[in-house]
Amino acid sequence: MFPKELKYMESHEWAKSEGDIVIVGVSDYAQQQIQDVVYVELPEIGQELEQKKEFAVIESVKAAFDIYAPASGEVVEINKELEDAPECINDDPYGAGWIVKILLSNPGELNNLMSVEEYRANLEGEVEA
Amino acid sequence: MSDNLKRTPLFNIHKQLGARMIEFGGWEMPLQYSSIVAEHLAVRSNVGIFDLSHMGEIEIKGSGALPLIQKLITNDASKLSDGRILYSPMCTDTGGIVDDLLVYRFSASKYMLVVNASNTDKDYDWIRVHNRNGAEVSNVSDDIALIALQGRNAPIILEALADVDVSAIEYYAFKEGEVGGIPTCISRTGYTGEAGFELYADACRGADLWNALHDATINAGGNAVGLAARDTLRLEMKFCLYGNDIGETTTPLEAGLRWTVAFDKGDFTGKNALTQQRDHGIKRRLAGFRMLDRGIARSHHNVYHGDLSIGEVTSGAPSPSLGYNIGLAYLPIEWSKKKTKIEVEIRGKRHSAEVVATPFYKSSN
Repeated sequence: MFPKELKYMESHEWAKSEGDIVIVGVSDYAQQQIQDVVYVELPEIGQELEQKKEFAVIESVKAAFDIYAPASGEVVEINKELEDAPECINDDPYGAGWIVKILLSNPGELNNLMSVEEYRANLEGEVEA
Repeated sequence: MSDNLKRTPLFNIHKQLGARMIEFGGWEMPLQYSSIVAEHLAVRSNVGIFDLSHMGEIEIKGSGALPLIQKLITNDASKLSDGRILYSPMCTDTGGIVDDLLVYRFSASKYMLVVNASNTDKDYDWIRVHNRNGAEVSNVSDDIALIALQGRNAPIILEALADVDVSAIEYYAFKEGEVGGIPTCISRTGYTGEAGFELYADACRGADLWNALHDATINAGGNAVGLAARDTLRLEMKFCLYGNDIGETTTPLEAGLRWTVAFDKGDFTGKNALTQQRDHGIKRRLAGFRMLDRGIARSHHNVYHGDLSIGEVTSGAPSPSLGYNIGLAYLPIEWSKKKTKIEVEIRGKRHSAEVVATPFYKSSN
């Protein structure tokens, strides 16, 4: 449930590199924790994001969850489908549930992200704690 | 999860059922077992079972019991007969709400108050301080398991397990009997707006009672329900949540609980303040609103009318039954009328909303 070609953040976002662009979403673990997604507040196209700063909000029935940028750069595309079908985050977190595409301003930042192995180990620590 | 949280007699069952646990009022309680929406809709369309053993129970006995209760609460407990239940706020001298509670009359000299979990110790102290007639006051919360069965199929399920005629128990009445062979106080009450019961048993029989009811609930296609869905269910009915919608800085009149204040019953704590507020008119009112866009109002969000900050959201959530987002806020009287357009500030952005009639949801039962 954690694709190995993706990079992950401690805060449970994933990033998929495609040249100088990354696609961003939240992990299967995150969607299970959030559950029942009813609303996604998306950033604007053209907005400048900073790595590890919040840029979107996912709301469940119970609460709002901040989503953090895995890398700095400009938002070049947002997943408009989420406006009408926010449940895509639950149903298909790595596919239809993607959130934004970022044009990287500092591709080296991706090295700060975790591999799937690191993310899994980190999760096990979190669950045990 | 912080240490020193209290656990109900059903804690291990919740863990076995895979519930996600949260801290609530000093207790480690099930937030949800599956999906909040599924649990919510199970109660609206079928049946759900809840562990409410964190709630507090305070027994008041003796010839001084009724005079003490009458002094403490705003509603009139003298109208109760044996086996009847009353909802009431308990107020401070200034009319603020110490707690909202249920009064059960077992006999002329034995009553039980059911109070909010987070207020149990405060209430117990408050009641003892006001006890000047020698009533016998005891906090029996730890001895009692409380399980709610709510939804249109709750009566059928309970009928099959109980040794008393469940259908003969009227709303806000109770009977003592056995459920699944376990001595139980069967109360036709609830916090969901649906038909249903709240069942009190000895803490040591709580797990047995749960297992009997849970099996029947699952067989009927129902669900165990956590605190998250309990919150959305009560919000759709505009049932107040203590600490959110009511508290020591709000009065029953402001909260829309005028019907629970018996001005004609004689003296009670807070009567002068509430009488004054009634005579001068309240300045604000707990109003229901629905969002007109996709924004979700949450507790403490600011409410605006034009440039004017006019109040704060006390509760807010998506309504699983209605499919739109609802909330409650104390609004100045002039902006609390139905169809008034207001705005809720959510993460720095204004979202339009409209004051609507409550309850938000009308049960078909």
